[in-house]
Amino acid sequence: MNFHVGAPAVKIAVCIKRTPDSESRFRIAASGAAIDEAGLKFDMDDFAGYAVEAALQLNEKAGGGETVVYALGPDSVQESLRKAMSMGADRAVQLKTDTVPADGIAVAKALAAELKSGGFDLILFGKHAFDSSAGVVGTAVAELLGLPGVTAASQLSVAGGKGAARRELEGAAELVEFPLPAIVTIDEGVARPRYPSLKGIMAAKKKPLESKPAQLGPVRVTVQRAELPPERPAGRILGEGAAAVPELVRLLQTEAKVL
Amino acid sequence: MANVLVFAETRGGDVRKVALEAVTAARALADATGGGEVHAILAGPAGVASRAQQLGQYGADLVLVAESPALAQFARESLAATVADRTKAGAYRAVVLGFSAQGRDLGPRVAARLDAPIASDVTEISAAGDRMTVKHPGYANKVMLTLSITGSPVVLSVRPSAFTAKESPRNARVETLQLSPAGGATVTVTQVVEGAKGRPDLGEASIIVSGGRGLKAAENFKLIEDLADAFGNAAVGATRAVTDDGWRPHSDQIGQTGRQVSPQLYVAVGISGAIQHLAGMRTSKTIVAINKDKEAPIFKVADYGIVGDVLEVVPALTAAVKDARKGH
Repeated sequence: MNFHVGAPAVKIAVCIKRTPDSESRFRIAASGAAIDEAGLKFDMDDFAGYAVEAALQLNEKAGGGETVVYALGPDSVQESLRKAMSMGADRAVQLKTDTVPADGIAVAKALAAELKSGGFDLILFGKHAFDSSAGVVGTAVAELLGLPGVTAASQLSVAGGKGAARRELEGAAELVEFPLPAIVTIDEGVARPRYPSLKGIMAAKKKPLESKPAQLGPVRVTVQRAELPPERPAGRILGEGAAAVPELVRLLQTEAKVL
Repeated sequence: MANVLVFAETRGGDVRKVALEAVTAARALADATGGGEVHAILAGPAGVASRAQQLGQYGADLVLVAESPALAQFARESLAATVADRTKAGAYRAVVLGFSAQGRDLGPRVAARLDAPIASDVTEISAAGDRMTVKHPGYANKVMLTLSITGSPVVLSVRPSAFTAKESPRNARVETLQLSPAGGATVTVTQVVEGAKGRPDLGEASIIVSGGRGLKAAENFKLIEDLADAFGNAAVGATRAVTDDGWRPHSDQIGQTGRQVSPQLYVAVGISGAIQHLAGMRTSKTIVAINKDKEAPIFKVADYGIVGDVLEVVPALTAAVKDARKGH
């Protein structure tokens, strides 16, 4: 990631989500419409972590500024907000709901209503969250607030009231510029999140965490069913070394029919 | 009876494969809801209008052509406004686009502008009355979610390769569509950096050859390139470990945090099969694994496995594939 030293301090909001550890073995809940959360480890989503780190680096290089983290959801999201503050964010806001709906526009409306008057130069999101894997909220907030929005930036820099970013396209990349204030959703590659230091963890306990009700829009998208994908049938080891190649080619021709 | 609007993505003046898949998905949805029409927005620089009948070939009844020099680059705000304005004017049941780099950006914009519900990256669509039901792989492909959506219109982005583009020819009517202004501050494209030429994109390739740390050194990726060449029009992918080490560009990464692919054939070379990687390729139709460790998890998902030194096996496979293709 690339910053222009001496740039004026910026006020940055980062919207994070709390999601289960992606390496987990998932089971389906009795309702059939959700995963079984028992025994799962939850943490700040991976892409949200990149966004928090990007914000912190921006403010550290520029000096001054403020990083405020937001999360929508039940009280369990406070743990992720504290983590972001232990990494270095200055304060946190919980937009309280019982559950996080599958309707990205409903969530975007709640965040847009809250962020509208925050006076932020930059609002960052992860490019999507692991659980919903949808990538709607950040870019929708940009539209709702009428701000320039960059979806899935793999590089980001800010200087002189302007931002610049890189986006990976299929087989190409796009370099873009935009005026601040703006919204950027962060892809992997921008910044590897730091581990909170002990000092950071202690400091985070004293940082302000505000909780207020979320103004969700109407929820029109719901999860009706959750299923584990069918296991792939057990494969065959055809043999060892180059000697197995003819058999592989034969199967690719006659069975898989891809040659 | 309900009409469906498609945003048919173009690049370099050509209609992208994912656009034809979106038209196919829209055609099926219109037919299933009483035989409405499919209208497709075809937007690009001058000359793109010549592609209109290609959309008719796949089932569009009306092609709305917007040509503008501004569309030489991805004019995201203006395109989103154009799609949203047309949707309002036409009373559509759904707006369908591809879940591509462009579609990921446009979908949420259009939904926000219309205050419409959106489902991303869908692999199946069905509609009954005022309820639409879609399938969407969540949790990085580990949990299949069935989403129920109320309200109309609905914005749907379709996963590349999930819907097979199918011809449904008709003589499409063609109309000119005026681009809507962006309104407000915008993102400006300053440069497009083209990737390696001559290979299909990972999301569009029917064959992918992918390499991991088992290749031992960056220069051995040449073996992967050679095997991809032997197959003909194959794409080249890599694991996160390999892109983190800088052997390959970040954009080649297949996995949970990289690209998610479903080709007809996926050849995993020197890839152990970490969960992170499997999340990106386990939906491939046929998987081949070549790895020296017979206990590697990749063999649990591979249809065909060869245990051995990749530096020995891959050149042999490359030669054999070349021979096999010559025989055709």
